[in-house]
Amino acid sequence: MKKLLVLIMALVMALGCLAACGGSNDSATNDEATKDEAIAGPDTEKSEGVMTYAEYAAAALDSKVVIEAYVQGKQSWWDNKGTFYTQDADGAYFLYEMPCTEEEYNQLTVGTKIKVTGYKTEWSGEVEIIDSTFEILEGNWVAEATDVTALLGKDELINKQNMLVSFDDMTVVSIAYKNEEVGNDIYVTVSKDGANYDFCVEAYLTSAETEVYKAVEALKAGDIVDIEGFLYWYNGVNTHITAVTAN
Amino acid sequence: MKNYLRLTLILICIAVTVPCMLCGCHGTLVSDSDADISSDIATNDMGVENALNEFVMPENFDTEKKHTITFWAKNDTNVNQTEIYKQAIREFESLYPNVKVVLQLYNDYGKIYNDVITNIPTNTTPNVCITYPDHIATYLTGKNTVVSLESLLENSKYGLGGSEVKFDSPSKNEVVPEFLEECIVNGKYHALPYMRSTEACYINKDFVEKLGYTIPDVLTWDFIWEVSEAAMAKDENGNFAVNGQKIMIPFIYKSTDNMMIQMTKQLESGYSTDDGKVLLFNDKTKELLYTIYEHAKTRSFSTFKISSYPGNSFNAGQCIFAIDSTAGATWIGSNAPLIDISKENLVSFETVVKPIPQFDVENPKMISQGPSMCIFNKEDPQEVLASWLFMQYLLSDHIQISYSQTEGYVPVTSRAQNSDVYKEYLSRKGEDNNLYYDVKISAAELLINNTENTFITPVYNGSASLRNAAGQLIEEVAKSARRNEKIDDAYINELYKTIKSRYKLETIEGGLPAISIWFLAIIAIVWVILIGYFVISMIRKRKNTVE
Repeated sequence: MKKLLVLIMALVMALGCLAACGGSNDSATNDEATKDEAIAGPDTEKSEGVMTYAEYAAAALDSKVVIEAYVQGKQSWWDNKGTFYTQDADGAYFLYEMPCTEEEYNQLTVGTKIKVTGYKTEWSGEVEIIDSTFEILEGNWVAEATDVTALLGKDELINKQNMLVSFDDMTVVSIAYKNEEVGNDIYVTVSKDGANYDFCVEAYLTSAETEVYKAVEALKAGDIVDIEGFLYWYNGVNTHITAVTAN
Repeated sequence: MKNYLRLTLILICIAVTVPCMLCGCHGTLVSDSDADISSDIATNDMGVENALNEFVMPENFDTEKKHTITFWAKNDTNVNQTEIYKQAIREFESLYPNVKVVLQLYNDYGKIYNDVITNIPTNTTPNVCITYPDHIATYLTGKNTVVSLESLLENSKYGLGGSEVKFDSPSKNEVVPEFLEECIVNGKYHALPYMRSTEACYINKDFVEKLGYTIPDVLTWDFIWEVSEAAMAKDENGNFAVNGQKIMIPFIYKSTDNMMIQMTKQLESGYSTDDGKVLLFNDKTKELLYTIYEHAKTRSFSTFKISSYPGNSFNAGQCIFAIDSTAGATWIGSNAPLIDISKENLVSFETVVKPIPQFDVENPKMISQGPSMCIFNKEDPQEVLASWLFMQYLLSDHIQISYSQTEGYVPVTSRAQNSDVYKEYLSRKGEDNNLYYDVKISAAELLINNTENTFITPVYNGSASLRNAAGQLIEEVAKSARRNEKIDDAYINELYKTIKSRYKLETIEGGLPAISIWFLAIIAIVWVILIGYFVISMIRKRKNTVE
């Protein structure tokens, strides 16, 4: 009888405490998951039920999609949602506001392989996956930037959307802070072969403390630069710059 | 043995009661992030060392004492607004050389809100802050955080229009009463209005007429749905007949929060009570969602979250009815001074600005929105008074007028609205596509002519969560329609349940959360056992005594 009562008491206490704490956010930890060193290349085989990039690209907007990819960039975490650039051997996927705790967001380091189930959608030309769920898989790969300079001004450029890309020998036309405020996004207009392109240093992706932000701040009209970034789209190509090198 | 059993039963009661009390306290009408915020602020409330004393109005403002006050403001991606803030600061500092104002600019209200919340526990809030009453309601969960303006507003020396104020300040009576009333939070004035706007329906008149319709004096929802469906007809090449393009989304709503709020207000079908009881999840809302689903399914209706800025599609001739804030008017129309799409995609057409569609054309209702200002409490009442004077300065006619001209805003004082300068500004509508841009001035006139038809939603700690939930109902239904998911009563009921849970709305609507009710039931059972045990013990004891 004594044991039974004590057991009941312990169970009730435990249940009660769990329930009382149930609504709170998972506490964030700074523990970074230990990752294997990046392997030479990405898996080219997809798991059962997972789309190839070609199948994803062909899928209709608003349809359900299942993909596997490697995290390449992390744009923000807020209110238990994270935004990521991911890529596989054939193409890239932008995961917009994927539900995840801060702890999970921290675990999703660059290179981490994940399986994502969500809905394909488009917002101002940017194709993305929303309302998604994910699971972390074995595997790690960090993409190298693909040179797409030759595709500027061509329709094929959109096929590389969201990939980590590079542009060589671009001429800086203008640099402007969003709202003229330091720390905000930096709008970077560059030109190539007489045509202008609007790129951006997205402050959520690369904040004012980052090397690239500072490097872009130092640029002036007429500078010739090599640029790396994620091929974001906003009513046209709007690369989110992640690295810049003055020539 | 008996003593042990008694002790054990008491411990069970304690074990059950403590967590249950915790559970009961847990459910509040706030989102996940708001829940953390309230907790942070509550820390300030309880942390004696951080709590400030209630502000007491000083007899005089000491003009020798130096103050540096911070002003957190928001602009609408509009550099003219930034310049007006800076100019106002320069002017104020020249009037009060002992006060230095440090401006910190933000792009959206949400960021200001989050930063304020973060700074409340450490008493590092700004002095003056552009904000919304919904946000102030949360700030007020901390003790003496936001200064009540009751003692300031009508102070004969330093109040609005006070004798010792060094500038031409408007009197309390010259602040538009409807706008001032919106600044009452927890029964007291805790803010001053800064600018006011509402929503407008921006209409491509050419397309409406091409479809064989005439824009009515007062728009109705039925009219918009009907024209929108008509606009979905395609030609033999698969292009939309009305615009000859592959893309046409006839009706795009920027803020679905506002859409649902205004629909429920127009129908008086229930949103929330003044004290925060949630009424939104009812059968009338269900009917509205069915209608919205229908039009989202045909793709004649979409939202900002799904299809981006209404103004961009509108300007590209891919949208007929764009509902957005009057404060965004400079981005809308073929000749808009601010454009977010490439020039080659701009289409030329006539833009008509109308109030949002109505269910009852005889009794129009539209939301009042726009920034307000509050001041935060500080240890030094002189610093608070300096903040108050600066906030009051922002109601000066020239600031009210110049800021309102940056967008389709309306000055919040009748004095500025009735001034010759402002009247002349309105009269020059359409003279150019910049300061006198016709769409912008029409948007401002819309609010001036409908101030008595505006309303705000009840403000209480957590009211922002209900606002988000209202919009999310529309977003979820619209997404389901696009994904070919069927909806029925079961779907709506499940959606209600999900949204209530996501935004933690169960508590206010239906009393305690289910988990708390469950544990309270356990408490009751345990107490019944305990009382039963004592009764039986007493009976046995008496029996033994008798024997």
